[in-house]
Amino acid sequence: MKALALSFCLFLTALLPAHAAVTPPDVLVQEVTREVLEIVRKDRDIQSGDPAKVNALVEAKVLPHFNFRRMTMLAVGRDWREATPEQQARLIDAFRTLLVRTYSNALTQYRDQSIEFRPLRAAPTDNTVQVRTEVRQPGAQPIGIDYTLERTDAGWKVFDVVVAGVSLVTNYRGTFSQEIRSGGIDGLIRSLQNRNRQLDPGSAGA
Amino acid sequence: MPVTKTPGARRRLAALACMALLASGCAGAPRNPDDPLEGYNRAMFSFNDGVDRTVIRPVAQAYDTVAPTPVKIGVGNFFGNLADPWIGLNNMLQGKPGEAFSDWMRFLFNSTWGILGLLDIASEAGLPKHDEDFGQTLAVWGVGDGAYVVLPFFGPRTMRDAAATPLDLTGDSPLRIDHVPTRNSARALRITHVRATLLGADRTLEESTFDKYAYVRDFYLQQRRYKIHDGNPPLEYEDFNGASLPRPAGGVADAAADAALSRLELIDPTAVGPLSAAPVNHPQR
Repeated sequence: MKALALSFCLFLTALLPAHAAVTPPDVLVQEVTREVLEIVRKDRDIQSGDPAKVNALVEAKVLPHFNFRRMTMLAVGRDWREATPEQQARLIDAFRTLLVRTYSNALTQYRDQSIEFRPLRAAPTDNTVQVRTEVRQPGAQPIGIDYTLERTDAGWKVFDVVVAGVSLVTNYRGTFSQEIRSGGIDGLIRSLQNRNRQLDPGSAGA
Repeated sequence: MPVTKTPGARRRLAALACMALLASGCAGAPRNPDDPLEGYNRAMFSFNDGVDRTVIRPVAQAYDTVAPTPVKIGVGNFFGNLADPWIGLNNMLQGKPGEAFSDWMRFLFNSTWGILGLLDIASEAGLPKHDEDFGQTLAVWGVGDGAYVVLPFFGPRTMRDAAATPLDLTGDSPLRIDHVPTRNSARALRITHVRATLLGADRTLEESTFDKYAYVRDFYLQQRRYKIHDGNPPLEYEDFNGASLPRPAGGVADAAADAALSRLELIDPTAVGPLSAAPVNHPQR
């Protein structure tokens, strides 16, 4: 009897991880948001915009949940297929740096807004879902921040962030295709890298 | 400054802008096919940027530091309240009587119990604030965007919204103040307040791109599309690793047609109701 119970338990534990390992997308967004904002709320250095500290926080807590390849692909658009794998890798790298800075900047602006999570409307079989949140502050209209996530083998990954109805990823498409038209894929990579260098606190203040 | 202009002067300004537009129609050398007025737009964008940097932003920063938070909340609510009847009228014109009555109820509640609109008690009571204007109404009626255009002082518009702007300006501030200095102060305060609410985004915008003009243009156009669809524009994400994708077309109808042709992952836009109608948990305390 004991053996039976034990084997049943073993059977259960073998089954469970398959379900438990993947955090549902809405729970994932909630957990990460709460955790990060908790840290920002307590850290005066981050609030005053200390770039090293913000970057460390974003790198550790936020970035693992992002799919930068998909993001870059969406931002570049049709021309993505013209890029060699090597160019694609450099594009991803440069765009990632730019996005991380944007995100970090936005984070230092956080004060006492409250974030409301709206109920997830998705079927369990959906492979792409949108998690909607609302940033509320007194005297102003709430601002929607929606995260679009896709199911991957490594859990749910964010590939788009939509702020007040504007995708922060596809919003680059116009700029990028303009750059590609005038200087090719390499021209776009150069522009991105130049911009990142200009903004790097190590070299020169923008 | 638009702050101190009389309506007549504003009309002259608009006429001037139209002339500049016509001139640039021949002279401009657009780099982006979706932005035929790019030459003129870029010039006007940097002019507006200069005005912002030298006058509007410093004033907004001063206001932001000096005014205590309750005052700022009151100012925002006050001007927001004055706009509600116009927002309601536009909801009505767009065939949304429920939203329209909600907006008019907001105005009644807030103007009375909300002390002339200084308090937004209607939002607390579950009547959410909407965002409508006549440009959106025209869009719902089927008027196309037209070219993107940067107006002097007013900033980004589509041609349709630029045409609707004079109406929106009179519609959303219905107070007929005959005392000119009072009226001008009210306008200046409103502009200052709105600009102050955007201060937090300045650095992010400054650093987020290598072409601020194009970034602002695309942001504006995306956001207009979002507002016209009341927060539920058809969402589509293309997979650019895929083989043969048709050229992504601009219009909404085109996008829908594309969805049938290409590998688009559509997040069912019908599954989520309009932002205002969706069950947002209003704190009912």
